[in-house]
Amino acid sequence: MRKVGLRVVALGYLGLVLVGPLTMVFWRTFEHGFGTFWSTLSEPNTVHAFELTLLVAAIAVPLNTVFGIVCALAIVRRRFPGKGIVNAFVDLPLALSPVVVGLSLFLLYGRGGWFYGFFTGHGVRILFALPSMVLATVFVSLPFVAREVVPTLREIGEEQEQAAHTLGASGWQTFWRVTLPSIRWAVIYGVVLTTARCLGEYGAVAVVSGRIEGKTETATLRVQDQYENFNLAGAYGISLALAAIAVCVLVAMTMLRPREGAPA
Amino acid sequence: MAASATPLPRLVERGSAGDALSLGFVTAFLSVVVCLPIAALVWASTGGAFWTAVSSAEAVAALKLTLAIAAAAALVNAVLGTITAWVLVRDEFRGKSVVDAVIDLPFALPTIVAGLVLLALYGPHSPVGVNIAFTRTAIFLALLFVTLPFVVRTVQPVLRELDTEMEDAARSLGAADRTVFRRIVLPTILPGILSGVTLAFARAVGEIGALVIISGNLPYKTEVASVFVFNRIQTGDRAGAAAVAVVLLAISFAVLLAVGGLRRLATRHERA
Amino acid sequence: MSIVVAGVSKRFNEFVALEDVSVEVARGSLTALLGPSGSGKSTLLRVIAGLEQPDAGSVTISGLDVTHRPPQDRGVGFVFQHYAAFKHMTVWDNVAFGLTIRRRPKHQIRTRVAELLELVQLEGLAKRYPAQLSGGQRQRMGLARALAVDPEVLLLDEPFGALDARVRKELRAWLRRLHDETHTTTVIVTHDQEEAMDVADEVVVMNRGRIEQVAGPVDLYERPANEFVMTFVGQANRLGDAFVRPHDLELVLEPNGATREAMIERIVHLGFEVRVELLREDGEPLSVQLTRDDAERLELDRGQIVYVRPTRQTTFT
Repeated sequence: MRKVGLRVVALGYLGLVLVGPLTMVFWRTFEHGFGTFWSTLSEPNTVHAFELTLLVAAIAVPLNTVFGIVCALAIVRRRFPGKGIVNAFVDLPLALSPVVVGLSLFLLYGRGGWFYGFFTGHGVRILFALPSMVLATVFVSLPFVAREVVPTLREIGEEQEQAAHTLGASGWQTFWRVTLPSIRWAVIYGVVLTTARCLGEYGAVAVVSGRIEGKTETATLRVQDQYENFNLAGAYGISLALAAIAVCVLVAMTMLRPREGAPA
Repeated sequence: MAASATPLPRLVERGSAGDALSLGFVTAFLSVVVCLPIAALVWASTGGAFWTAVSSAEAVAALKLTLAIAAAAALVNAVLGTITAWVLVRDEFRGKSVVDAVIDLPFALPTIVAGLVLLALYGPHSPVGVNIAFTRTAIFLALLFVTLPFVVRTVQPVLRELDTEMEDAARSLGAADRTVFRRIVLPTILPGILSGVTLAFARAVGEIGALVIISGNLPYKTEVASVFVFNRIQTGDRAGAAAVAVVLLAISFAVLLAVGGLRRLATRHERA
Repeated sequence: MSIVVAGVSKRFNEFVALEDVSVEVARGSLTALLGPSGSGKSTLLRVIAGLEQPDAGSVTISGLDVTHRPPQDRGVGFVFQHYAAFKHMTVWDNVAFGLTIRRRPKHQIRTRVAELLELVQLEGLAKRYPAQLSGGQRQRMGLARALAVDPEVLLLDEPFGALDARVRKELRAWLRRLHDETHTTTVIVTHDQEEAMDVADEVVVMNRGRIEQVAGPVDLYERPANEFVMTFVGQANRLGDAFVRPHDLELVLEPNGATREAMIERIVHLGFEVRVELLREDGEPLSVQLTRDDAERLELDRGQIVYVRPTRQTTFT
């Protein structure tokens, strides 16, 4: 009997906080009919916003994937001083406010910042342009691949790689043919998490991009822009598209989530 | 006859060039992406302006509000998150795997969308007649949303690994179900709960996307620290923004330390 | 009777763990539930303890029907194969647990726990955590913990199964001595027939959810009730319809009317005993057990043709 009670509490809570709001997206968007939904999505600035979001993700995700794998290998397999500090900095984005991230980039590359002179001198725009948006997105989505790969690497151990070595494989061959395949699912799961984070990023990018419509406005920034301009249909339309992507991410996460003791 | 075999070549000793390369890459990447910006932030906040900025009435109010509501949301999710994790691990019902998947929604859904739909559901045009827009309750609710998965996901694996034989043993020794939970289950899952709560707290303190629309950021009323920093950047008050931002940074580091400590605490009985 | 199990049945989905099982355990005895895996012996033990609910039947302990009572109310002490130690508590707190939750006075707990730790020879380790103990020490702690609340009945589920052979033998002997001292009604589950024969007053042989025979060790070996018991409790050769123990086969070098021919495949020297593995003319294997002296006297060799005759055999109709 107590079991059912707990179940009701848990499900009720989830319904109130999660499921209710999620269904609202679908309802509110199609409240105005499918036609409005389509027209808002095909509006040029909105299309550009999605393109920009995807572009930023397309740069940030591979960068963080490579970093995540190399970093995980270093942390698990190598001895070096300051490992604790590296760990702390890799985990920092999980605990840090995106606005603080944005501000720190703003202070570094903006007027009066250490790198301001250098980049302006070479005619390169960092702030209010793509580079700062990529930097911000890379910062906030940094930890995911690394954190997924580290425990997998620890569990697998070095024996397979040692076996490859005794069979004559070079370091590079071992990496490609033995290490990488053994961490493949952890990497994929990490990539899914990283991508979701990139697509959903708001605070840091809002600070560094200047939110210039048609130029430096990502999809998430545009949602807020549309809302402030009282274009609710627009806001909900973009939100629905983002929510649909989120559901796909959820499905991917569920299917790929590492199970305890599952084979690599 | 020698009993020892030739030791297998360790990856660490070989290819020191590869060693240096990978470490160099990691250091460079981290420096450019994380360390330098953070250093610039800390640098910008030093100087006389820091204390004035951070102790301004509005800043203090924003920080207090943030800490209070974040703590409340984290604690509520500690209790409900533990219950949810219990139900997911110990209970069986149809659609359980769907429920398990839905828990990750706050991780997958952009926070701005979350704020928008919370407003739609519990704001001026609410279909259920609840209007809490631009109130502290709205902030609390938005933070409940974004922090929901944390405790659930940190407690689930611990519960799964919990040896039910320990509970059987306690029962066979005469312990009532409630005692079993209090003396056997809870001490074992407590580190998991605590690390989940700490991470949830950090997330809640830093949240911006979900609050931008729903909180209405009225100073002293519903303006949280992250929104405060955001506004200060817009108005060009860098010193003010940096000061509060550094406080948030310090809280983040403190949280990471706490989580690390909790991890060591959790495994202390396992070390012989 | 201390424990009376009547008509107990239990299934897990499709699998029938226990089928109409009835058995009685005498007060103060040490009874073994012996059988291969899947025989239902652990399930039966857990049903007695209240850790499983039977689909049918009843369990009575010391005259009280406890079938629907939770384990807390049965007065049983349970010892688990993998110790079930409370990992976050010291050895002392583990052993004291049953007394602590019954809110016994502190000094009483102190005396009793100290007494028990001495009994199980863990006095110096009171402040350690289970992770710091060896398997054997953890199991002794488990026993002390179960005994702390003076149970009516002590139930042990393959208590030495996770330990290595030497420790197993030591603890086995130690358990027997403990039982001789305390006289608590004890039921031990094991798949090791040597263990059952060594330690128990009475053995309940189980197979596929049913009881095959209940008897003392000697009777079990000498007068097995059926083929299963005969072959499970000790080795048995099959000669047509009859079963013959390896030590009941006489081995001679010359045939006489009653012998059968066989070829020596292998001679295994097991210290004092010698086991001779033979192959009959129809291809069936035979195993003969001889003393070292007998084997020497016969001067046996691989490939040699010899002749065997059962001095004693058992047939089941």
